[in-house]
Amino acid sequence: MSQELYYKTASELSELLEKGEVSSVELTQSVIDRTKSVDDRVRAFNSFDEADALFQAEASDKRRSENGALGPLDGIPVGIKDVLAVDGQPLTCSSKILENFVSPYDATCIQKLKQQGAVLWGRLNMDEFAMGSSTENSAMGLTSNPWNLDCVPGGSSGGSAAAVAAGETILALGSDTGGSIRQPASYCGIVGLKPTYGRVSRYGLAAFASSLDQVGPMGRSVADVAILLQGIAGHDERDSTSYDSETRSYLESMNSLEGKKWKLGLPKEYFANVSDPSAMEPIEKAVEFYKNLGCEIQEVSLPHTEYAVATYYIIATAEASSNLARYDGIRYTHRAEKFDDKDSVDIYCQSRAEGFGEEVKRRVILGTYVLSSGYYDAYYLKAQKTRTLIRQDFLNAFEEVDALLTPTSPGPAFKKGTKSDDPLEMYLSDIFTISANLAGIPGLSLPCGYSDGMPIGLQILGKPFKEEELLAIAQEFEDAHDYKNQHPNL
Amino acid sequence: MEYEAVIGLEVHVQIKAESKIFTRCRAGFGYEPNTLVDPVIIGLPGALPVMNKRALDGIIKAGMALNCAIPDQCKWDRKNYFYPDSPNNYQITQYDQPICEGGYVEIELEGESRNVMGEHKKIKLTRIHLENDVGKLNHFSDDSLVDYNRAGTSLMEIVSEPDMHSGEDAFAFLTAIRQTMIYCGVSDCDMEKGQMRADANISVRPVGQKELGTKIELKNLNSITGVKNGINYEIKRQTNELRRGNVITQATWRWDADAGRTEHMRDKEDAHDYRYFPDPDLMPVKIDDEWRNRIRSEIPELPFDKQRRFMEEYELPYTITSVLVPDKKMSDYFESAAKQNPQQAQTIGNYVVNDLQRELYESGVSLDECKMTPDLLLTLVNTVDKGIITKQIAKAVFTEMYKSGETAEQVIERKGLKPDFDEDQVIAWCKEAIAENPKPVEDFKSGNEKAINALKGQVMKKSRGKANPQAVDGLLRELLS
Repeated sequence: MSQELYYKTASELSELLEKGEVSSVELTQSVIDRTKSVDDRVRAFNSFDEADALFQAEASDKRRSENGALGPLDGIPVGIKDVLAVDGQPLTCSSKILENFVSPYDATCIQKLKQQGAVLWGRLNMDEFAMGSSTENSAMGLTSNPWNLDCVPGGSSGGSAAAVAAGETILALGSDTGGSIRQPASYCGIVGLKPTYGRVSRYGLAAFASSLDQVGPMGRSVADVAILLQGIAGHDERDSTSYDSETRSYLESMNSLEGKKWKLGLPKEYFANVSDPSAMEPIEKAVEFYKNLGCEIQEVSLPHTEYAVATYYIIATAEASSNLARYDGIRYTHRAEKFDDKDSVDIYCQSRAEGFGEEVKRRVILGTYVLSSGYYDAYYLKAQKTRTLIRQDFLNAFEEVDALLTPTSPGPAFKKGTKSDDPLEMYLSDIFTISANLAGIPGLSLPCGYSDGMPIGLQILGKPFKEEELLAIAQEFEDAHDYKNQHPNL
Repeated sequence: MEYEAVIGLEVHVQIKAESKIFTRCRAGFGYEPNTLVDPVIIGLPGALPVMNKRALDGIIKAGMALNCAIPDQCKWDRKNYFYPDSPNNYQITQYDQPICEGGYVEIELEGESRNVMGEHKKIKLTRIHLENDVGKLNHFSDDSLVDYNRAGTSLMEIVSEPDMHSGEDAFAFLTAIRQTMIYCGVSDCDMEKGQMRADANISVRPVGQKELGTKIELKNLNSITGVKNGINYEIKRQTNELRRGNVITQATWRWDADAGRTEHMRDKEDAHDYRYFPDPDLMPVKIDDEWRNRIRSEIPELPFDKQRRFMEEYELPYTITSVLVPDKKMSDYFESAAKQNPQQAQTIGNYVVNDLQRELYESGVSLDECKMTPDLLLTLVNTVDKGIITKQIAKAVFTEMYKSGETAEQVIERKGLKPDFDEDQVIAWCKEAIAENPKPVEDFKSGNEKAINALKGQVMKKSRGKANPQAVDGLLRELLS
């Protein structure tokens, strides 16, 4: 075989499995071996259970030989961000406060993957409670960017992106509240999709900001992301915010759109914000590619863009301050050994002081503040109004164009430690991604080149519930380039 | 200077339901601790609330029965505070778009005596909203344990306008709510079991002043009588403070029922900032006419309406209705018999509130299980009406029927209670009575109507109670005319 199994795509592997040229056990073992050889350097995983993965792989092989496979994901290893509940597995959210928690139930997306025979593989590192852009806010350890171990993998789904890029898994699930799938995907040179809000059930996703969170697929090719999205999408009666619609094959609907001449918009506010010109080159080339393909390219305006970061940090922190209140030292979380038991609130104070990291505390305090009586109207209510305007900006733009092309991040992956002391600087690395969460629209990041050897991502933003269009647009670019076969040297 | 009190109540009522509001998890009482739970109830990471539409039926019904408007949309908000009985450390409630708006509760104040209907008033409501209940803390010597079985069950909060002026008003308000809820099958409202809890906002002002005085929130009112006593105590306390020239500062006080006094709990500065905001996990609820009409059709006739109708349609005295109506099943029992023999409605009413209630109480049997059906009772009423047996005998027949489930005729037959004498015998006894009692005879003849009762008594005695008093009355009058 020309290539190691662990660096093949799910689409390729699915075919090999079906032909009987490869077994899921071989594939899973290949991924396990790769992980064991590189993860001491990449440190993408918080934990993994080799025996459990092989057990699932064996079951898949047996099923395939007896009754046939359950679908394209049967037997394919999927790494899981440590924010999704898997029955019987640790669920830490990379936080000390959940260090000993084992989930007694499955998230809906996990249940779906199990039903389709996917091999659930390990717990992937992240910024604590998905709050961050570099995975440096993890209580479990630092993940490195496989392309340059001195750099961050991005975040918060940094473990997922790094594991996919390093061949430690074939596919991975991430979650995206303000760019947490797309930004690490761009930093690690892989494909990541944040679906439309409501496309994937949030049941079993430990909440950061409920109105912004979405679970999404990460992989090394556009088709792989389509396959994994297919596996997790759909209405769920356990999530009131999940969208009630028929599920379809994203791979098929994506392929049916091949060759369409798209109308693509360039939001001028985004291009005005790029500080690193070398990072812009691959983006400009990608735009040129679409133009040459016969797509219509036009500038569009998203006039409320400048308020997005402020709006986001009010809404996200407000929701987080309430969502994280359940981690209190009373039931299943870390409890401080010493607290004043005469003082009824001290158990909370001590346990949370010990259990939460700096960034989580910062956001909980910020969120508590913006919801306080007397400040609610000035902050939270105003932010909600601005959010409506931001969504309207996108809907207006989509009257003129099918999708928007932007950089995923203002620059490539940065060196560890360079932004961790400056939260504002860190927040700005999400400046191109957070609007999609505020607007609830889907967004995809696709490798489109390098800057100083570090991958650069092209972001494609699309109409609500039109994920197949984003996938089709991305597929055109991927077909004409070789980025999916380029891997970091480890 | 004269002072008056102004009182508003916040009443929490547990809604009877098979399952909890925001998950399908079962609801119930008396189960092993922490067995009625699931990831949502415990507040596990990733668990999401999903509204159980059926759980809203009860509160819509309650709202309609209390004359509220049911808006087309209501929404859910989070009330944030830390307490170990609250698994998420926020409560899902309704802040600015409640499910029931406005409304009023018709109350009856105590009358001059038990036989006299008291004054009726309408107490205005601000709103009723739904929220999820919390778990229960159990304190032991070394530690506290929490049981989440109750967590997530439906709790409604009825908020009144500051429209009451005494503990008696509040007492009548809670009694009326309780009866209405029981009638609608929404809740049993047993305060001792915590199914109904009330907090009062009490202020006092000089009579004639428009602005409200500074309010005190009074908690720990654990029974309807406690509400009355606590409020009356607090009114006196505040009035005395004002008389002494002292200023009331806004605070929360608690009623100590054992000590019979209120005590300071916390000042307003210590009050929580609940940081309400719309719950992003839940969609607003749309309520359409179809839903409203379905619930409206399920609302039974309400207690005061029933009472007025019984007094008018069956000419029942207030005293019977005031015993009958609070018990819906008893009222239905009465009516099922009275409908068949409206002329005897009052007699039927008497049997129900006296004999039947007594027998049920003594035998510990419920009305549903008892053998004395309304049809059976009618057989007894008819035998008395036809003069087959006397009312005195009927008492004994009733008891026998209650035990055996036989008709009145069967009991009379079996026990040989039917009078075995003819009219001539009764006439003979009447003549004897007249001869033996010249004084009452003389009195009656000189116009004292009541004197005939003494003669009647003598005849009944001679017949050992078996003679028909009406027949005796007629015969005596004939003989004396």
